[in-house]
Amino acid sequence: MVIFGVALLAVCMLAGMISGEAIGRLIGVDANVGGVGIAMLLLIMLSNLSRERWQLNVTTESGVRFWSAMYIPIVVAMAAKQNVIAAVSSGWLAVIAGVLAVVVSFALVPVLSRIGRRDG
Amino acid sequence: MAELQDILTSVLTRNGLITAFVFVGLLMAFSYWLSARLTGGRLEGSAIAITLGLVLAYFGGLYTGGSKGVADLPLLAGVALLGGAMFRDFAIVATAFGADLSAIRQAGLVGAVSIVLGVVVSFAVGACVALAFGYTDAVSVSTIGAGAATYIVGPVTGTALGAGSDVIALSVAAGLVKSVLVMVGTPFVAPLIGLNNPQSAMVYGGLMGTTSGVAGGLAATDPKLVPYGAMTATFYTGAGCLLAPSVLYLIVRAIL
Repeated sequence: MVIFGVALLAVCMLAGMISGEAIGRLIGVDANVGGVGIAMLLLIMLSNLSRERWQLNVTTESGVRFWSAMYIPIVVAMAAKQNVIAAVSSGWLAVIAGVLAVVVSFALVPVLSRIGRRDG
Repeated sequence: MAELQDILTSVLTRNGLITAFVFVGLLMAFSYWLSARLTGGRLEGSAIAITLGLVLAYFGGLYTGGSKGVADLPLLAGVALLGGAMFRDFAIVATAFGADLSAIRQAGLVGAVSIVLGVVVSFAVGACVALAFGYTDAVSVSTIGAGAATYIVGPVTGTALGAGSDVIALSVAAGLVKSVLVMVGTPFVAPLIGLNNPQSAMVYGGLMGTTSGVAGGLAATDPKLVPYGAMTATFYTGAGCLLAPSVLYLIVRAIL
């Protein structure tokens, strides 16, 4: 049933969020530390495991795949609700700081990827 | 006629999430049509849709004076729910389904390094800009530096250090600029920085850190890379909230 897939996805997300919240509390940070990342790892491990031990039914899988396919539309909605006015009209300091941070970070991507490949 | 308009508004407003589905569906249909007609498919339809979303958010904000883009229009309030953190995170987790575990394991270490380096570099850049603009107290400089990491790290750091609300607002704005620019710019820089495999996507997610920026940027570049970039990006804000008000602030204070 489709709901099994949706529920499995929801359980992974909630488990990840709870872990992220707990990690945040533990290290004294007022933020969810990697909750989504942990949820993703859980789902990846479950989907890799399922191929070997228990095969997920195609209908069940479609419950997860639907939400995966909804990702881009959701991101478009996210873009449409951003506070773009504040980003654009807050003066040069914020704009320059934001732009420079992005430019420097972009430039570091190939550097770090190369280091990673050498290690791997 | 007035009655018809009344019925329409009332139904669309009461079913906000459903109206948001229609809004996003139409926006994407238009974007894919533009992509095929004007760019011959060279510029991905999703990239156009995200950019158009941002443009509409600008005008929505201009028109309503609110902070939630088009979602401040009562008719489109559902967009805030559809594009909110809950659905966004749910869909991001779903993209991990079928991701390659070995690719993640391989890039695990460099991915972790990229998160810490990403926070430190963005913080340093933001702090330098704050200095250039005449801020000299360690608290303000650190808060603006933290804002250049993400728009969540900025206010968290500012609140922890007791920064003024004007400085906190600046830090949020710096983070917003970053996230908007990452969303729009990623598809254009992707070929230049080798962003075409799971490993570089993890490094990219860790360096950029803004979850919304990375989510939008990778969606517009190559949806297959989303899970890898999103995975590291979600650890970034936590790392930033940890480092900025503590170690990084102390370093700034020692230098100033």
